[in-house]
Amino acid sequence: MLRRRSQLLAWGGCLGLLVLAWILPASGLLNPYVQQVLMYVGINIILTLSLNLVNGYMGEFSVGHAGFMAIGAYIASILTVAVCPRFWGPWLFPFVLIGGGLGAALAGLVVAFPSFRTRGDYLAIVTLAFNMIVKSLLENIELIGGPRGYLGMARLTNVPWVVFWVLITLIALRNFVYSNAGRGVLAIREDELAANLIGVNTRRLKIYAFLISAFFAGIAGGLYAHLLQFINPRSFSILKSTDMLVMVYLGGIGSLAGSILGATIFTVLLELLRPLGVWRWVVGPLMLVLLMIFQPTGIMGLREAKILQPREEFGGVTRNPGTMP
Amino acid sequence: MALLEIQELCHNFGGLKAISDFSLTVTAGELVGLIGPNGAGKTTVFNLITGVYHPDGGHLYFAGQDITTWPSYRIMARGMGRTFQNIRLFKDLSALDNVRVGAFAQCSYSLRQTLFRTPGFKRQEAQMTDRAHQLLARFKLSRYALTPARHLPYGEQRRLEIARALISNPKLLLLDEPAAGMNQAEIGVLITLLRELRQEFDLTILLIEHHMGVVMDLCQRVQVLDFGETIFTGSPLEAQHHPAVLEAYLGKDGEPDEI
Ligand SMILES: Nc1ncnc2c1ncn2[C@@H]1O[C@H](COP(=O)(O)OP(=O)(O)OP(=O)(O)O)[C@@H](O)[C@H]1O
Ligand SMILES: [Mg+2]
Repeated sequence: MLRRRSQLLAWGGCLGLLVLAWILPASGLLNPYVQQVLMYVGINIILTLSLNLVNGYMGEFSVGHAGFMAIGAYIASILTVAVCPRFWGPWLFPFVLIGGGLGAALAGLVVAFPSFRTRGDYLAIVTLAFNMIVKSLLENIELIGGPRGYLGMARLTNVPWVVFWVLITLIALRNFVYSNAGRGVLAIREDELAANLIGVNTRRLKIYAFLISAFFAGIAGGLYAHLLQFINPRSFSILKSTDMLVMVYLGGIGSLAGSILGATIFTVLLELLRPLGVWRWVVGPLMLVLLMIFQPTGIMGLREAKILQPREEFGGVTRNPGTMP
Repeated sequence: MALLEIQELCHNFGGLKAISDFSLTVTAGELVGLIGPNGAGKTTVFNLITGVYHPDGGHLYFAGQDITTWPSYRIMARGMGRTFQNIRLFKDLSALDNVRVGAFAQCSYSLRQTLFRTPGFKRQEAQMTDRAHQLLARFKLSRYALTPARHLPYGEQRRLEIARALISNPKLLLLDEPAAGMNQAEIGVLITLLRELRQEFDLTILLIEHHMGVVMDLCQRVQVLDFGETIFTGSPLEAQHHPAVLEAYLGKDGEPDEI
C-alpha cells in the first residue's frame, strides 16, 4: 500500500514537472534568456549523468566525451535537415534524437573494446584520441560543411523536450545503477581483478556502460544542435569534454544527485561569468585542477539522495546500528 | 569423480620457473591442503586455476570441462569461489553489495529488463537481496549490512570475503591463507566455521595455509610445494615428518620456521 503510494508520487512528480515545463514558458513567465539557460542546464545534466556512469561509477577516466556528443549532434542534424521532410520535423524529433544516440552508442563500442585491455592513463589517452579523431573527421567532410559547420536545423529543442530527456536519462541510469549490472560496474571501479574472480563478466559490463553513456551523450548532442541551430566541429573539442569532467567531479563521482548539482552549478556559474569574455573558458580547467587536488570526490562524493534510490534496494534494512567506527 | 583435475601444469614469470609439473586431483567433498614455504608458488597455483594467468603448459579440468584457456569470470561462474591472501573486498561498497556482487553470474535478467525495471527483474533482485541478507546473518555480519567494507574489523572482512564467495553456491572453494593474521582463539573459531560451511554448502575445499594446526585439523590430504615443484603428497601427519618437507621448511640455515 505504502509502496503503491510512493510509486504514484514518483510518477506524478515526473508528470507534474513535464506539465510545468510546458506551461511555464508558454505563459510568458519565463523570459527567453532564462529558458535558454534552463535548457543548457538540462543538456548539461544529461551529459554529466552519462559521463558519470563511466568515470564515477565504473572508475575509468574518459576525457573525450564530446566526441560522442558530436556524433549525436551531427547525425540528428543531418536527419532533420536532409532526410526528414521539414513539415514532419517536430513529430519525428524524438526519433531523430534516438538516431543520433544510437550512432553515438556505436562509437561507444569503439572505445569499449580498448578498455578491455587498458585502464587509467592509457584509456584516457585512447578517449582523448577518439575525441580528436571525431573532430578532425568532421572538419574534413565537406559534405557536412567541414570546418565551417552545419546549419539549417529548425529550433526543435524546447524546455519540455529537455525536461523529458533529463527524466528519461535519470530513470534509465538509476535503473541501471541499482541492478546486478550496476553493482558489477561498481566492482570494476573498486577492484577489476577481484570482480572477474568472483564471476563478474567485466567485458560485457564495460560494453553496457560505454553504450549507455555514449547513447545519452548523443541525445544531448542532438538537443544541443537543435537549440543552437548551428554546429561546428570546434563546439566538440577537448574543452567541451573538460567542461563535462568539471561537472562530474564538482557534483560528485558515483552520484546521480551529484551530477544534477554539478551540472546546474557549473552552467549557471559560467552564465554569471559572461562579462569575463574569453577568460571564462579558463574557469573550467582551473576548477578541474583545484577539485582534483582538494575535493576529488566532489560535493556528493559517492553518496546519493534518498529519493533517487529505489526503496526496495536494501531489502528492508534502512537503519544501521553501530556502523562507522 | 574428480571435480578438479590439474595435469602437469607449468608456468614461468620471465626466467623464473614459478610452477613446474604440478598435478593434483581433487574429488568432490574432499578438503585438500596446499602448503609450502614462502614463495613456493601456492598463490600462483590458485591464480592458474582461476584464470588470472594462463599456464605455459599443462591442462586444467573442472566439473568435466577443459577450462585451461577460459577467462576468469567464466571459470568462477561454472562453480568456483575464492578468497585472497591479501583481502580484496570492494572497499567502498557496503557489505551487502559486496555479497550481492558475488551473485552476479546467478542473475539472468537482461539489459532491457534492467532499464525498464520489469516485474521479473524486481523478483530476481528481491530474491538475491534476501539471500545476501541470509548469508550476512549466517556469518554474523548483519549489523554491518550497509557499512562500507573498509570500515569492518579485520576478522569480519575475512568472513565477508568468504560470504561473498559462497553466495553463488560454488562447488569448489579456494581459500588462500584464511587464518593469516589471526590469533589462536580466532583460528579455533575459523576451523569450526569451515567445518560447518563444508556441511551446509556441500563444499569441496582447496586450502593454502601456513598454520600447521589448521591444516592438521581440517585436511585429509596435503600437497607440499617448494620452488614450484611438488615435493610431497600424502597425509598431513606424514608431511610433518618427511625429510624433504622438513628441509624445505628448515632451509639451509636450520632456523625452524613456523610450519
Ligand atoms: N605476477 C608475478 N610476476 C613475477 N613473479 C611472480 C608473480 N607472482 C608471483 N611471482 C613469483 O613467483 C613465486 C611464487 O609466488 P607465490 O605468490 O605463488 O608464492 P606463495 O607460495 O603464495 O608464497 P607466500 O606464502 O609468500 O604467499 C615467487 O618467487 C614470486 O616472487
Ligand atoms: Mg601466497
